[in-house]
Amino acid sequence: MIEVKSLYKGFNGNEILKGISAKFETGKTNLIIGQSGSGKTVFLKSLIGLHTPEKGTIEFDGRVNIEMDSDERRQLRQEIGMVFQGSALFDSQTVEENVMFPLKMFTKQPDKEMLERANFVLKRVDLVGSNKKYVAELSGGMQKRVAIARAIVMNPKYLFCDEPNSGLDPQTAILIDNLIKEITEEYQITTIINTHDMNSVMEIGEKIIFLKNGKKAWEGSKEEIFKTDNEAVVNFVYSSNLFKKVREAYLNETN
Amino acid sequence: MNYLHEIGKYFLMLKLVFRKPQRARVFKEALTREIEELGVKSIGIIAFISFFIGGVIALQTALNLSNPLIPKSLIGFAAKRSIILEFAPTFCSIILAGKVGSYITSSIGTMRVTEQIDALEVMGINSLNYLVLPKIIATVLFYPFLIILGMVLAIFGGWVAGTLTGLFSGVDYIEGLQTDFDPYLIQYSIIKTLVFAFIIATVPSFHGYYVKGGSLEVGKASTQSVVWTTVLIVITNYLLTQMLLT
Repeated sequence: MIEVKSLYKGFNGNEILKGISAKFETGKTNLIIGQSGSGKTVFLKSLIGLHTPEKGTIEFDGRVNIEMDSDERRQLRQEIGMVFQGSALFDSQTVEENVMFPLKMFTKQPDKEMLERANFVLKRVDLVGSNKKYVAELSGGMQKRVAIARAIVMNPKYLFCDEPNSGLDPQTAILIDNLIKEITEEYQITTIINTHDMNSVMEIGEKIIFLKNGKKAWEGSKEEIFKTDNEAVVNFVYSSNLFKKVREAYLNETN
Repeated sequence: MNYLHEIGKYFLMLKLVFRKPQRARVFKEALTREIEELGVKSIGIIAFISFFIGGVIALQTALNLSNPLIPKSLIGFAAKRSIILEFAPTFCSIILAGKVGSYITSSIGTMRVTEQIDALEVMGINSLNYLVLPKIIATVLFYPFLIILGMVLAIFGGWVAGTLTGLFSGVDYIEGLQTDFDPYLIQYSIIKTLVFAFIIATVPSFHGYYVKGGSLEVGKASTQSVVWTTVLIVITNYLLTQMLLT
């Protein structure tokens, strides 16, 4: 579980995160939604340590970020898997090398074992037969799968995904969403996903946090998001006619 | 103030670069790759330019020494001195600053803007140590050989030019090469090369690592890094010459 308490972060005097507090449970897909510029990416990057918060704490299963020494911090980093918006795969390496990279850096396993583990996770993300391909030879969806494989190869406790299905066609986006949800449940990972894809919200949003102007404006499940009368959430989530109709249908069905 | 800030940032970067590599095996692989990319792949351009510039140096010297009282062996002597003291270490380093410097900045800069460096940091890897240290070791180890190759080929180019044009004989040229040979000049040249190699690896890495924005900024950073690397080589060349030869 990850617990965030009163997180503040700004750049050059411009406050981006304004006291966000939230709990993210293990084995659940936690979604952070909000408009562009609402602070989603800064929030995620603060959680994974790429930004240092000005105030507030982040607790990873009882380990508080500001109380950790450098060894504990290094250990924590190895428990984190991250899927970046643009996949962030090393383009000078093959698929197999990308996936094996964390193993090479942090384990002393023989090559054979590392290869077996890489093949296992590549099979898990349904990407068999592409081991020797370079990143440029892969489609967007395949790149996301490799990024997920690399993120889970070290058996992480925490998985962070920044817009994992941006730039993908709807069918592939749903496949990626479901893959993340399956992996989260299967390996009991605490997963946090940044998204503004409403399909993801409807598909895999077990817990949803809505950010507005750097503050938590709403929090709930995907069922609750249908029923909420929070104006900001309603305006954001149901901005398209399609989702308005989905909501109406859901409410008619449940009433 | 901004320049002071950048200089401070450069030295703080170096502090993070010079750490023990996290995995010796991964470091060796990276070093081998960098020796190939930054060193071996530069042999062709250095060989080509050295050979022809050596020829030009010898021809220019010959054409300017038309007085019959001046022995023809002076051509070989002057060409040797120019090549060992300045052409090979400084001119070749400036060529390498253009070729290798832009490569380093664009490759690291692209990694920055595509979040590959963030990915390394999230994994708990010291990205500066992982990316920059192999480049420094590769250039410092390999460039002395490259510069010596440049010297040999430039001197050979001078001999070929003289023989083909008939402006001086090969015997006179070789006699000039052997006259008053001072091994310290080679040492001086190697010391300069080592310093220039360090600059060629670190200044472009600095520009690439701290780039902000997108592909346009990576392009601008590449240009800037070549300019600053060249400026630093020229200034350091002057300082080292004053320190080591006067």
